Amino acid sequence: MSKLDKSDVEKIAFLARLGVDKQDIPEYVTNLSNILDMVEQLDSVDTEGVKPMAHPLDAVQRLRADEVTEVNDRENLQAHAPETADGLYLVPKVID
Amino acid sequence: MYNKTIAELSAGLKAGEFSSVELTQTYLDRIKTLNEQLNCFITVTPEIALEQAKEADAQRASGHAGLLNGIPLSQKDIFCTKGVKTSCGSKMLEPFISPYDATTITKFNDSGAVMLGKTNMDEFAMGSSNETSWYGPVKNPWNLDAVPGGSSGGSAAAVAARLTPAATGTDTGGSIRQPASFCGITGLKPTYGRVSRYGMIAFASSLDQAGPMTRTAEDAALMLNVMAGFDQRDSTSIDRAVPDYSTDLNDSLDGLKIGLPKEFFAEGLDDEVAKVIESAVKEYEKMGAVIKEISLPTSHLAVPTYYIIAPSECSSNLSRMDGVRYGYRCDDPKDLNDLYIRSRGEGFGTEVKRRILVGTYALSEGFYDAYYVKAQKTRRLISNDFNRAFEQVDVIMGPAAPSTAFNIGELTDDPITMYLSDIYTIAVNLAGLPGMSIPAGFANNMPVGLQLIGKHFAESKLLNAAHQFQKQTDWHLKTPDLFK
Amino acid sequence: MSAEQLRSLLQNSFTEKEKPEGLTIIMQWEVVIGLEIHVQLSTKSKIFSGASTAYGAEPNTQACTVDLGLPGVLPVFNGEALYKSVMFGLAVGAQINERSVFDRKNYFYPDSPKAYQISQLYYPIVGEGHIDIDLEDGSQKRIGVTRAHMEEDAGKSLHENFQNQTGIDLNRAGTPLLEIVSEPDMRSAKEAVAYMRKIHSIVRYLGISDGNMQEGSFRCDANVSLRPKGQEELGLRAELKNINSFRFVEKAINVEIERQMDILEGGGTVIQETRLYDSEKNETRSMRSKEEANDYRYFPDPDLLPIVISVEEIEAIKQALPELPDARCSRYIEQLGLSEKDAKALTVDRDMAEYFEQVQQSISDAKMAANWLLGDVSAMNNKNGLEFKDCPVNAQQLTGLLKRIKDNTISGKIAKEIFEAIYSGEGTGDEADADTIIEKKGLKQITDTVAIEAIIDEVINNNPGQVAEFLSGKDKLVGFFVGQVMKASKGKANPGQVNQLLMKKLKP
Repeated sequence: MSKLDKSDVEKIAFLARLGVDKQDIPEYVTNLSNILDMVEQLDSVDTEGVKPMAHPLDAVQRLRADEVTEVNDRENLQAHAPETADGLYLVPKVID
Repeated sequence: MYNKTIAELSAGLKAGEFSSVELTQTYLDRIKTLNEQLNCFITVTPEIALEQAKEADAQRASGHAGLLNGIPLSQKDIFCTKGVKTSCGSKMLEPFISPYDATTITKFNDSGAVMLGKTNMDEFAMGSSNETSWYGPVKNPWNLDAVPGGSSGGSAAAVAARLTPAATGTDTGGSIRQPASFCGITGLKPTYGRVSRYGMIAFASSLDQAGPMTRTAEDAALMLNVMAGFDQRDSTSIDRAVPDYSTDLNDSLDGLKIGLPKEFFAEGLDDEVAKVIESAVKEYEKMGAVIKEISLPTSHLAVPTYYIIAPSECSSNLSRMDGVRYGYRCDDPKDLNDLYIRSRGEGFGTEVKRRILVGTYALSEGFYDAYYVKAQKTRRLISNDFNRAFEQVDVIMGPAAPSTAFNIGELTDDPITMYLSDIYTIAVNLAGLPGMSIPAGFANNMPVGLQLIGKHFAESKLLNAAHQFQKQTDWHLKTPDLFK
Repeated sequence: MSAEQLRSLLQNSFTEKEKPEGLTIIMQWEVVIGLEIHVQLSTKSKIFSGASTAYGAEPNTQACTVDLGLPGVLPVFNGEALYKSVMFGLAVGAQINERSVFDRKNYFYPDSPKAYQISQLYYPIVGEGHIDIDLEDGSQKRIGVTRAHMEEDAGKSLHENFQNQTGIDLNRAGTPLLEIVSEPDMRSAKEAVAYMRKIHSIVRYLGISDGNMQEGSFRCDANVSLRPKGQEELGLRAELKNINSFRFVEKAINVEIERQMDILEGGGTVIQETRLYDSEKNETRSMRSKEEANDYRYFPDPDLLPIVISVEEIEAIKQALPELPDARCSRYIEQLGLSEKDAKALTVDRDMAEYFEQVQQSISDAKMAANWLLGDVSAMNNKNGLEFKDCPVNAQQLTGLLKRIKDNTISGKIAKEIFEAIYSGEGTGDEADADTIIEKKGLKQITDTVAIEAIIDEVINNNPGQVAEFLSGKDKLVGFFVGQVMKASKGKANPGQVNQLLMKKLKP
């Protein structure tokens, strides 16, 4: 049984700002549903009291000294940018 | 010359038998004639290579030869290389000329190594067959109809076909070990945090790890000596002394306790592959190792756990590819959302989209606990299994993949079966352990890899076990007929 | 909150459009306000990169590979942001979480280069705390601080200059922020402002932020809702975004209260949404465009590890905390003998308090120093729209001036003139001290009896009529004579002496 329908996939695709061809949606619905079926195996596992593991090693965050180590490299960094002007990256007009 | 290992080439360079420029030219010529059949490289960098080779020769002449002085290498196109296209196998980054070097690249440069080019890979490292690359599939040198495995398929095929003495790979769920197995080479995925991830384009940050793909374990040790180490630019890199990985290669394996997880030999494993693995294990017994059956009872949870964690992390990691600051941008965006939706829709391929969608869904409101948090918990169970097993044994062994290389196109419509080709490798990433695949024989005329899994930071032990095996066998010396 | 307070608060809003009949209905509603204050922590480099945080640089010249979210880059956490956040937590009596975690908040927006913001949702660094604010009636009220967490600031979108396009400057992206979330404990715009001022005062005292509101170092989102009086459950709220001055916070909240009340009075329901305050039109408007899919998909950032701080480290930070406004206020009352009102007024702004201490210590007269700071200095600053830190007369200059009052060199009136002269830029550098100006302008007070008597004689001679009136019993005229003498002396005569000598001359 399908876990997801077309509108779910469209909603997720929008959330991810991901263009998906209309004719591909049924395939995504099937693929995604199958993957979700597969991961469903985890539901039956008893994880009561198990601490979630975010990282393979029990390390803690190192703290960086508060020093300025980077210099202006704008020219290099913008050399291959899609669209810039006056040092700014340009995007279609944003309306708040 | 092209059949030599790094160790042999280093000796030759040192003895003055040939220069790095000559050596580099040999490989560039081979790439020129043979790469077309294989499609191993996305970018070949002959100018850079020859420039670096000249520099290396000069350094050697002045008595300042680094660890890998003059050795030609190929870099997976996931590593940012300054001034060179770094596409990650994607149309999205086709226009991306990296303005900086990954730490791994800097380290190789500092060691005097030469970069031949950037190798093909599954798009953003998402794939097990190299078929998701926007630059087309890579062919397996042992059978041009077969896949080389993935995602580091270009590197694996290039090493196997002797287009490069060695290459880098990255491994999130098996992307070094599975293609190493499919192509009959040696691949090592180090402990998570052992090699810097800085400048290595992230797929799943808590799983990704870079490592060497070589002919021999001895070469893998030489590569790892350069790659390993703490990096202050990577918060997840571990500040821990790096041993000389070549030192313990010749230690005796007498009394080595090897665990064989019974779950790795259950249903789903190809019979012919099983036989190869069994005979490899016998070889270890002959060397004095003690074989013990063990159990990793939650290993069946590895694939489902991975297919929540990896897509979740990738959905967020790949969000930065938005067509604003670098990379692909769609034509004439109508408005901001159109810019995002079309740039990403046109820039990413199907498998990448599939994983972004799964990850976005798994993290979305109302599902986060049921999927992501749950997977983090089963991840701990899987890791605990290994911890218990390593109380009894020194090294765990088994197949690197359930089968030999399948044919191109065979599994493209069946993502789940494709995902299962990483069934024996994925758990190792979830637990952050070091793992290797070494050539162990042939099944159906295709190479089979033996997987070795060690405790955290036990790379030396794995390399030792692999090297001793390679002293007794010659599977790693076999060259595909087409590339002899 | 009392009905009177609510009424007085709302009356301000109604001065323009009279709506007296509304006031009787208003009393049925209770205003509920919670604030989220974003404080830029004053570190040299960014929270996750080594790029500079300096304000005002050319666009994108302080946006490095990490700030731009280039493929492959990784964040490394700036320890200074942690220490400064802990200082704040300790200052508001909060629980400091020994283990906190960075999460990713995922959303697409061009000023957010990675399409996620690194923040702390599940395990923030600072837990529950509180501060006390002063209400207008002199009483105090405790406002709960729910939590405070570290996060990175976004870049800026520039809408001008480009046709149909927006320019993105990512210099600000990655500047460390501490987001301080309050409980919905405030019941009026005035209380909200008092809370915001108090938080501002605390972060300035701690030195963890420059608190510069014009530059966006201190910004506020206000959650505003109304509920029928007596009802426990909260009403649906509007979130007013990014308000960057105390004055606008008060105005924005008041117009929003009015808007919501109009809706509720009309039988409608308030929509839970984000709104933007337009200070020019003095109205709030919906920002629904930003809302369309706000599923932020928070999850722990796998590029960063848990932040762990030991009890010992927390204790060391606590021991090193500077004196805070409340403690300083008490000290001024107890040790310097100032009134509570003066002490409070002097301690709100750390710069003012520090100025005060310098002057006070040099002249050993707290009362005089307080009077000058709260009087002339504050008045001039207000008139010129300047903050204390920008006051053109520094503590040393004021001290030099006040010393001359104390030793009778000049009168208070002359001192004001000199103060205004220095304030408006008369004399520069070493020349800008009171003594030089007194000398140059000959403003030294006349205390020579003979000289003053001469002026008095002149005044008496020139005003025979007034003298006659005075002698016939019109005592009030003494003021007239003093005034005339002072005027003739150009204000330099010592007023006390003038009085004394006048009486001697007029009524021998």
